[in-house]
Amino acid sequence: MPKIVLEGLVKRYGAFEVLHGIDLEMEADEFTVFVGPSGCGKSTTLRMIAGLESVTEGEIYIDGKPVSHLEPKARDLAMVFQDYALYPHMNVAKNMSFALRLQRRPKAEIDAKIADVAETLGLTQFLHRKPGELSGGQRQRVAMGRALTRDSGTFLFDEPLSNLDAKLRGQMRAELALMSQRVKKNMIYVTHDQIEAMTLADRIVVMNGGYIQQQGSPEELFKKPVNKFVAGFLGMPPMNFLDGEVAEKAGEIYVEGQDFSVKLSREKADAIRAHSGRKVTLGIRPSDLVYSPDAADEQSLLLNIVVSEYVGAQTVLLCECGGQKIDVELKSDIPIDRNRQLRFAINPEGVHLFDQDTEAAL
Amino acid sequence: MSIANKANRLTPYVFMAPAAIILTVALLYPICYMIYASFLDWSPSQRIGEADFVGLRNYANLLQDAAFRESFWVTIKFAAVVVTLEMIIGVGLALLLDRNIKGMSTLRTIFILPMMIAPIVVGLMWRYMYHPTVGIFNRTLKSWGFEGIPWLSDSNWSFVAVVMADVWQWTPFIFILSLAAMQSLPRSALEAAEIDGATEMQKIFFIKLPLMLPVLIVTLMLRLIDAFKVLEVIMVLTNGGPGLSTEIVALRIFRTAQEFQELGEAAAMSNTLLMVLMALTIGMFMYNKMQENRAVRMKAAASKGAV
Ligand SMILES: Nc1ncnc2c1ncn2[C@@H]1O[C@H](COP(=O)(O)OP(=O)(O)OP(=O)(O)O)[C@@H](O)[C@H]1O
Ligand SMILES: [Mg+2]
Repeated sequence: MPKIVLEGLVKRYGAFEVLHGIDLEMEADEFTVFVGPSGCGKSTTLRMIAGLESVTEGEIYIDGKPVSHLEPKARDLAMVFQDYALYPHMNVAKNMSFALRLQRRPKAEIDAKIADVAETLGLTQFLHRKPGELSGGQRQRVAMGRALTRDSGTFLFDEPLSNLDAKLRGQMRAELALMSQRVKKNMIYVTHDQIEAMTLADRIVVMNGGYIQQQGSPEELFKKPVNKFVAGFLGMPPMNFLDGEVAEKAGEIYVEGQDFSVKLSREKADAIRAHSGRKVTLGIRPSDLVYSPDAADEQSLLLNIVVSEYVGAQTVLLCECGGQKIDVELKSDIPIDRNRQLRFAINPEGVHLFDQDTEAAL
Repeated sequence: MSIANKANRLTPYVFMAPAAIILTVALLYPICYMIYASFLDWSPSQRIGEADFVGLRNYANLLQDAAFRESFWVTIKFAAVVVTLEMIIGVGLALLLDRNIKGMSTLRTIFILPMMIAPIVVGLMWRYMYHPTVGIFNRTLKSWGFEGIPWLSDSNWSFVAVVMADVWQWTPFIFILSLAAMQSLPRSALEAAEIDGATEMQKIFFIKLPLMLPVLIVTLMLRLIDAFKVLEVIMVLTNGGPGLSTEIVALRIFRTAQEFQELGEAAAMSNTLLMVLMALTIGMFMYNKMQENRAVRMKAAASKGAV
């Protein structure tokens, strides 16, 4: 429900600074997903919002009220922990109803709620087991259930689906998506999973090394990454990067490198014309390369196929171009021989350029 | 091949044999000796072979002996009171001091000092503190304008006095064990409880204490067994008096053997005490076994469970 604002959030453990000034506004009822490599500070940020870690500098506002001095229980939130954090001595039903029992809700209401949540999570038959008698995935679902029985305004999830198998994960993802549409809640969600991030998020926050790299809608981040890190982090298989140099020939702008020379579209060219001679990185997503034997040299890449990975409807070709690695994604029904040179046309919309030194998008 | 095999399998037993034999003899011999002695009418001037065999008469005498029954009752009262107090204070202190304060480790070391002092010394020390005129307690009371308390000469106060000394000496034992148990509690479960809206008190009663329970029960058993055998401190403080008010069984046994020269009777008393302790020990053992079985069952269930 509430609007949550992080303002210049800094976290230090002793002299070691983990978060370096996080500024973020999460609108009411928004589904925010934090992504980033391991150790970048996602859990720390989440735990600071929850009130489990102290705030070194900066402030957290929930509905305009500074809360960094408040106890977790005064912040009206539920949380799913990365390591489950179940109560080892209570059975599943007791684990999930702990908060409600503390609130002295009527027993009938508690029972109904537990039955309902257990049903959704497929835990009905385990209600009387203790956490020690459950598998990792089952425990994770109990942790999820414990949060879902609460009706707090904000839900914090720290990699809640990481231990489930692919099928169950898909089911739970759909369940979450449904829930976030149905109930008016704030969800803040940490994950490593691209698909979870892309499908669930209203807002994705990409973090790296204790900084926010970029935040915005999934589409915004996918189409207009602000730097090479974000571009390489979102999308599977990841974006290809080719080092080259900006060159101007007869009024047209090219990016030239070992074994390739790509002509830029008019608008891209206008944006970069001033930078002639500059070292840049050309970024192209594997899905923006199209097998096309007759494409013009300046709008295509000639690639040496090294390995072909069959993944069902799609095939990923691991290729090489002038000593640089490059992946291509294409329909499996296109017949491809290995150890051959093939020509792939570049989707002109899919060309990204980054400065080689600053890695910022141009 | 098969002979070599057999020899190989026997080797460990051969190596263990001397230790096992010595242990058996050292443990069983005195116990058997004591059990045998409890069926004799035996005074220290006789050799054991010369003593008359009297069957269960020593035990029958014990049942009739009001003094023994009294001392048995005193022992049970003493053990129950001290262990209860020590558990409450020890666990309470641990709950209070389970946090990262500077100098905590020094404080903890100071806390366990009483446990390291020899019981005789503890007894002597407390006897001076209880001294009716120069002891610290009565001096303090008098300086505040109260009457002095007849610590060791009144039959009610003397019980209080020995309880206080024992609590002082043994609370640290419980404190240390519960502190260790508390520090190995899963931090994240406590964090989850915080998020679930538990107050400090609720965290203690619903999370911390239940999770510490296995350790607390073993601690309680150990203390109980020890409290039944307490001797030195009480011997030095009151020597069982006044009257029989603080005469615990161990002291009674000591006096039966030393003063009354009734070795057989003393052995019978020892056996009775031994049986009580045995019952406690077996209780503790069974509790451990139960826990282990439970853990095994849990593991089995967990590995069987799908997804
Ligand atoms: N108590 C602590 N003391 C010192 N450093 C810590 C402490 N807790 C976390 N860190 C450091 O803070 C950084 C961020 O940790 P955090 O748990 O937030 O990472 P994360 O993004 O959640 O990673 P993952 O995806 O692996 O869960 C890490 O480099 C970690 O080593
Ligand atoms: Mg984490």
